[in-house]
Amino acid sequence: MSITAQNVTKQFGAFVALDNVSVECPAGQLVALLGPSGSGKTTLLRIIAGLEIPDSGTVLFKDDDITKHSARDRNVGFVFQHYALFRHMTVFENVAFGLRVRRAPQEKVRDRVMELLRLVRLEEKANRYPSELSGGQKQRIALIRALAPDPKVLLLDEPFGALDAKVRSELRSWLRRFHDELHVTSIFVTHDQEEAFEVADRVVVMNKGRIEQHGTPIEVFEHPATAFVMDFLGNVNKLPVRVEGGKALLGETGTVELPARLFGTSEDGRIDAYIRPHELDIARTADGGNCLIARVVHVNPAGSVVKVRLMAEDFGLMINVDLTPDRYRLLRLLSGDVVYVTPKTAKGFEPDYAI
Amino acid sequence: MRNEEARTEPDTTPALAPATISHAVSRTPPSNDPLWVRVALTSLALLVMVVLVVIPVISVFYEALADGAGVYWRNLTADPDTRHSIMLTLTVAPIAVVFNIVFGIAAAWAITRFRFPGRTILVTAIDIPLSVSPVVAGLAFVLLFGLQGFFGPWLRAHGFEILFTLPALVIATTFVTLPFVARELIPVMEAIGPDEELAALSLGASGRQIFWRVTLPNIKWGLLYGVILCNARAMGEFGAVYVVSGRISGETCTMPLQVEVLFQDFNSPAAFALASVLTSLAAVTLLLKVWVEGKKKSTGDDAQTAETTLGAEI
Repeated sequence: MSITAQNVTKQFGAFVALDNVSVECPAGQLVALLGPSGSGKTTLLRIIAGLEIPDSGTVLFKDDDITKHSARDRNVGFVFQHYALFRHMTVFENVAFGLRVRRAPQEKVRDRVMELLRLVRLEEKANRYPSELSGGQKQRIALIRALAPDPKVLLLDEPFGALDAKVRSELRSWLRRFHDELHVTSIFVTHDQEEAFEVADRVVVMNKGRIEQHGTPIEVFEHPATAFVMDFLGNVNKLPVRVEGGKALLGETGTVELPARLFGTSEDGRIDAYIRPHELDIARTADGGNCLIARVVHVNPAGSVVKVRLMAEDFGLMINVDLTPDRYRLLRLLSGDVVYVTPKTAKGFEPDYAI
Repeated sequence: MRNEEARTEPDTTPALAPATISHAVSRTPPSNDPLWVRVALTSLALLVMVVLVVIPVISVFYEALADGAGVYWRNLTADPDTRHSIMLTLTVAPIAVVFNIVFGIAAAWAITRFRFPGRTILVTAIDIPLSVSPVVAGLAFVLLFGLQGFFGPWLRAHGFEILFTLPALVIATTFVTLPFVARELIPVMEAIGPDEELAALSLGASGRQIFWRVTLPNIKWGLLYGVILCNARAMGEFGAVYVVSGRISGETCTMPLQVEVLFQDFNSPAAFALASVLTSLAAVTLLLKVWVEGKKKSTGDDAQTAETTLGAEI
C-alpha cells in the first residue's frame, strides 16, 4: 500500500517543523527520510502514523485520505527509537499486544507470536522481560510487535539510533533482507546517510522542514540537487569561486579555473564550489596548469583510501584529498611537501543554499 | 533492569567523581573523623530521636494500657461516640483516597502528556494544600458552604446540608491530601514518557485498554505509595476537619477530633486508648510504605531518582 503525504505543514509554536512537504512512498518499497536533527523527518513520520496532527495537508494510504483517522485506526506498525517495549510484560505478551487488543482467539495469538519470534530467532526469550534483552534483541522484538497485527505500512523512527556500531550494521542488512521477504511498505527515519543508502530503495533528504531532494540512493549521491545535499552526504571541500563569463575561477583574484558544473546560476558573481575528496588529484608537477599549489599538512594512510590534508596558502584554504594507496605509494607524500592539486570535477550551487 | 542501571550509571559517576577528588585533597575521608565527633553527632541524633519520638510514642501506649488490657478495650468499645469516631475515620479516609486517586491520575496524565494553557498554574496549584494551613482551608470551606457562603444558601434551598456532615469531612480531607497522589505520579509518568502509550495506540488499543494494560501497570507502585501517604494524612487530619465538622460527638467527630474531645473531658485513659489506635494505624502505614518502597526499587522504574527527590521535597 503506497503512502502519500501532500503539502503537510506543522508548526510547534514559532518553530516550523514541516513547511509544505510532499512525499510519496510507492507500495512495497523501503524509503529513508534522511536529514540532520531538527529537519522535520521524525515529525513527518509521526504525522503519517497519526501520532501528530498536521496543521494542514493530507496523508493518503493508497487512495484513502486518512488525515483525520486516529493512530489507532490506521493499522500502522510503528517502531520507536527507544523501542518503547511494555516493560511490565514478557516478550511474548509484548508481541501479542496488538492481537489481544483486537480480541484475536488464544490459539491464533500463540501461533502468530511464536511464528514471529522464530522469524527473528528469539523464541527462547518468549518468557523474558524487555529489561533482560540486549539493545539489538529489543529492537527486533519492537519490530515484530509492530508487525504482529499485519500492518499495512511499517514506520521506523531512527530504528538503530540507540545501538552500538557493530549491532547497528548487522541489523541494517538484516532489516533489508527482512523487508525483501515481507514487502511491507516501509518508511524509516535516519540521520546517517550511510544507513539510508545501504538499506533504502529511495532516499528523501530533508532540511529545515523542507525536502531538498528525493530519488534512489545512486541518484542522490551522484547528482546532489542542492549544496545542502552535497554537504550532508559525506565529506566535501567547499571552495569560494567567482563566476565570470560562465567560467568558475577560484578565489578573489586567481586564474585557476574549476571544471565546475554550475547549478541554478550562470550570472557573474560569487558562489561556492563543492569538490569531494576523491575528485581531487595530487601531482608533484604542475602538468595541466589548472591547479592549486598546496602544502601537505597531514597524511592518514590507515584505511582503504589515504586521506591527505593540505593547506592551499594562496587561498588560505584547508583541502581534503582522498588518494588510492597505489597513488600514494607512487607520490611518497610527506608532511611539508609542496604539491599541485588538480580538481577533476566540481559542482557550483546558488549561494541561497547557505549551510 | 540491566539497561536502566546502565542508563543511570553516567548520572552517578560524575556525582561520585568530585567527592573522591575532594577527599584526595583534604585527605580526611568521613570515617576518619575524630572519635569524639562521631560519638557526639550520633548521640545527639539518637537523643533527639528518643526524646521527641520514641518516648512520646511509648508513653501513649503506656498511658493507654496503664489500667490493663481490659480497661483499654472497654475505653475503646464501651463509648458509642468513640466507636463511631473510629468508623467515621475509616469511612472518610478511604473516600478521600478514592477522590485523590482519580484526581491524581487525571492531573498527572494531563500535566505529563499534554501541553495546554494553564499547565504551569495547575502544577503550582496542586501544591497549595501543602502550603496553606489546614485551619485556613477549613475556614475557606465554611465560607463556601456556610449559611452566608457562596453555595450554602443554594444548597440549603435544594435540601443539601454540607457543613457539619460527612460530605464536609470528606471535602476538607480531600483538599488537605490533594497533592499526595498527583505529586507521586507526575515524576513517575514524566520519567516513563509517552512512548509506551503511543506504541499501544498505534497497535490498535483503545484509550481504556491503554490505561488498564499499559499506564496503570507502569505506575502502580508509585500510585500505591501516593495512596499510602495520602491515607496516613487523611486519617490523622485535624485542623481542616476541626473547623468544618462542628465537633458533634457521635456524628462528625473523627478519631483525632474524638481524642481531643475525650482529652478535654479529662478522660485521659480513653483519649490515650484512641490515640494508641491512631498510632498503630500510622505504624502499619509506615510498614506498608517501607514495603512499597522496596517494591518500587526492585521493579526499578527510571523514575527512581525523580521520586526520591520528590520525597525529600515533601
